[in-house]
Amino acid sequence: MSAIQPDQTAAQRLAGLIKPPPSPPEMNPQTGDGSLVDDPAIRAPLVLGGRSFNDVTETVCGYIEKGPGRWWLPAFGIASSVAGLMPLSIIYLIITGVGVWGLNNRVDWAWDITNFVFWIGIGHAGTLISAILCLFKQKWRTSINRAAEAMTIFAVICAGTFPGVHVGRVWMAWMLFPIPNANNIWSNFASPLLWDVFAVSTYAIVSLLFWYMGMIPDFATLRDRAALRLMKSPEGQTLPIVNIRIDRIMAFTYGLLAVGWRFSTRHWLNYEKAYIMLAGVSTPLVLSVHSIVSFDFATSILPGWHTTIFPPYFVAGAIFGGFAMVLLLLIPSRELFPGMKDLITRRHLENMAKIILTTGMMVGFAYAMEFFIAWFSQNQYEIDVFLYNRVIPDFIDPRGAPYWWAYWAMISCNVLSPQVFWFKKMRQSIPVIFVVSLLVTIGMWFERFVIIVTSLHRAFLPGSWGMFSPTLIDIALFVGSCGTFLTLYLLFTRFLPQFAMSEIKNVMPQASPHFHDDHAGQAHGAGHLPGAHHAPEAPTNGGNP
Amino acid sequence: MSTTKIYKTEAGKNVYGLMAEFKTPADTYHAAEKVRDAGFGKWDVYSPFPIHGIEEAMGLPATKLPLVVAAVGLTMACAGFGFQYFVRFIDYPLIHQGKPADAWQLLVPVTFEIGVLFTAFTALLGMLAFNGLPRWHHPLLAKERFLRTSDDRFIIAVEAADPKFNPEATRKLLTDAGATSVEVVED
Repeated sequence: MSAIQPDQTAAQRLAGLIKPPPSPPEMNPQTGDGSLVDDPAIRAPLVLGGRSFNDVTETVCGYIEKGPGRWWLPAFGIASSVAGLMPLSIIYLIITGVGVWGLNNRVDWAWDITNFVFWIGIGHAGTLISAILCLFKQKWRTSINRAAEAMTIFAVICAGTFPGVHVGRVWMAWMLFPIPNANNIWSNFASPLLWDVFAVSTYAIVSLLFWYMGMIPDFATLRDRAALRLMKSPEGQTLPIVNIRIDRIMAFTYGLLAVGWRFSTRHWLNYEKAYIMLAGVSTPLVLSVHSIVSFDFATSILPGWHTTIFPPYFVAGAIFGGFAMVLLLLIPSRELFPGMKDLITRRHLENMAKIILTTGMMVGFAYAMEFFIAWFSQNQYEIDVFLYNRVIPDFIDPRGAPYWWAYWAMISCNVLSPQVFWFKKMRQSIPVIFVVSLLVTIGMWFERFVIIVTSLHRAFLPGSWGMFSPTLIDIALFVGSCGTFLTLYLLFTRFLPQFAMSEIKNVMPQASPHFHDDHAGQAHGAGHLPGAHHAPEAPTNGGNP
Repeated sequence: MSTTKIYKTEAGKNVYGLMAEFKTPADTYHAAEKVRDAGFGKWDVYSPFPIHGIEEAMGLPATKLPLVVAAVGLTMACAGFGFQYFVRFIDYPLIHQGKPADAWQLLVPVTFEIGVLFTAFTALLGMLAFNGLPRWHHPLLAKERFLRTSDDRFIIAVEAADPKFNPEATRKLLTDAGATSVEVVED
C-alpha cells in the first residue's frame, strides 16, 4: 500500500519535490480508494493520491481561480430562480397577511415552524463537525468542516426567515428584542420563544465568526497567490466593460478578508487557542439551541408536546438530519469538482454514515420512549395523541389519524432506512449513502410536521378539531427556501475556499516535524512529542498523524 | 533607548531583517531551535500551518488570550443576568404562568447565550488584537519568496531590530541551520 507507506519517490513527491504520477490510483477491492482500511494498526490516510502541500493549495484554490466548470452557471441559474420564489411569497405574505398560509384557529403553527425547525436542525451538523469533532481531535473533520460550516450558516439564514415572517406584523419584529419602547413593557424573559430569539441569533453570529476565523488563513493564501500572479506577469484576465484585472480584485478582496494574516507562528499560537475556545463554547451552544427550540413545545401543556425527552431528542434529530444534508451536498461535490475525491475519501463518507446510524438509533429510541411514557403515565390525552393522531390510519379505525401517512413516512425514513448501515457493504456504497441521506432529510421534515401539526389538529376538545392543508404560498415559501440554500451553497463553492487548507496540510504525514523525507520509508507519525525518541520502524506505521 | 543599529541596503533603504527559507517542517523545527538557542527575541517562524510543537522549539510562552476571553465572557454573562433581573423583577415585575415572583432559574438560558456570544466575539477580536491585526501591509509581504509560505514554504525571519542581529553572523547562523536561501528584507 504505497499510499500510506511512502518509499523514496513517494517521500519526495510528498515534500513537493517531484510531481505525482499522472495515473489515477487503482481501486482495491478491500480498501476502496485506499481509505477503507480495516486494520486498526493502520491509520487510514486522510488525503489520498500522494498529495503534496502544493497539490492541496492548487486543488482548493483552483476551484476559485479557474472556476468550477461548465455545470456551475446553469446550476446557479436554476437554483437562484427557485430561490426567487422565497422573496415573492414573503412579499405577498407581508402585503396580504398570514392568512395566505393554510393556518387556521386550530392549527396555528404548521409549515412555518416545521420549516424553521427543519432548517435550524440541519445547521447543527455543521457545528458538530467544526466544534465537537474538533474537541475530540477527530482529524478526519478537517476536509469536511468548511463545507459543513457553510451549510450551517445558510441553513440558519433559511431558518431565521420563517419565525421572522410568521409573527404577522413583520414591521413589529424589533419588539422581540428588549428595547425600551413607547408601551413601557419589556419582552418576556420567561418565555421559551424569547429564549429562542436569543439562542438562534447567538447561534447565527457565533457560527459566522467561527466560519470566518477558520477562513482567515485560506483568504491569505488566495491573496498571496493573486499577488504572486500580479508580480509575475503584467497582463492578465480582466473584467469585461470596466477593464479591471481580476487578480487585482482578488488580491484586494481576499486581502481585506485576510486582515493582514501572514502565517506567523506567534499568530498561529493565539489563533489555535482562540479556535479551540470557539469550539469550546460552540459545543454547549449547539446543544442549547436545539434544546431551547424544543422548549417552545415542551413547556406548553399540549399532549404530544409536553414531554421532558424533547431536548435530547431534538438535538439527536438535528445532528441526524444535518449529517444527511452534509452528505447530500458533498457526494455530488465529489463528482463535480476534480481532485475532491482525494480530500473527501470514502472513509469520510463511511464515518458520516456511521454517525447517521448512531443518531438515527437515538431518534428511534426517543420515538419509542414517547410511547412508553404515554402508556406508563396512563395519561389518556397523551395516549390518544400517539395512537389516534399519529399511528392508527383512519382507514383502519374511524377514530384513527388522518395524518397517518406523515407518521409512517417519518418512521420508515428515519428509523428503518438508516438500518442498512449496519452492513459494511451498504455504508461503503456511495449510491446507498446518498439515497439514505435523501430519505433521512425527507423523514426529518416529516418528523417536525408530525410533532407540530398532528399534536395541534386534535387536542383536548373535539369541538375545536380541525385539519391543516398547505396553500400554494406555503409550498412556494418552502421550495424557495431550498432554492435559497442551494444558491448560497453554489456561491460558496464558487468564491470561497471549500476546504480548510491549513488544517488539511496539518494532518498530512509530511507536516510532522519528525517526518524525514531523506530517509526512504522512514515516515514517523506525528504522535511523538518533540525531542522524544524515534519509534522503531514498523512496516505498518502509516506515517499518518 | 535603542541599542540597535539601523542597517541600510545598498539602495539606501532600511533593513527589516533577514529571511531564510526551509524545505520541510523538520528542517524548520530544528533551525528554530538553533535561533532560539542563539538568544534572539525578535524573530518568527512562518509556516502554512502551525507546526506541531514549534512553540517549544521557539521557546514561546503560552498565550494569555484565554484569560481575557474568560473575563469578558463571564462579565457579560453577569451583566446579561443583571439586565434580565432588572427588567423582570425590578422595572416591570410580571407574575404569570404560575411561576414564583423571584424565579431566577428562568433567566438562565438567555444568560448563557449572552455569555457565549461575547466569549466568541472576544476570542476572534482578541486573537486579532493580540496579533496586531488587521494590518494592511508588512515588509515581508513584499517578498515574492515569502508569499509562498501560504502554500508550502517555511520561512524564519530575524528582525534587524533585535539587539543580537548582525547581517553576517545571522546569515551564517541561518545558513548553517539548513536554510536553502537567505534574503535581505527591506523595511
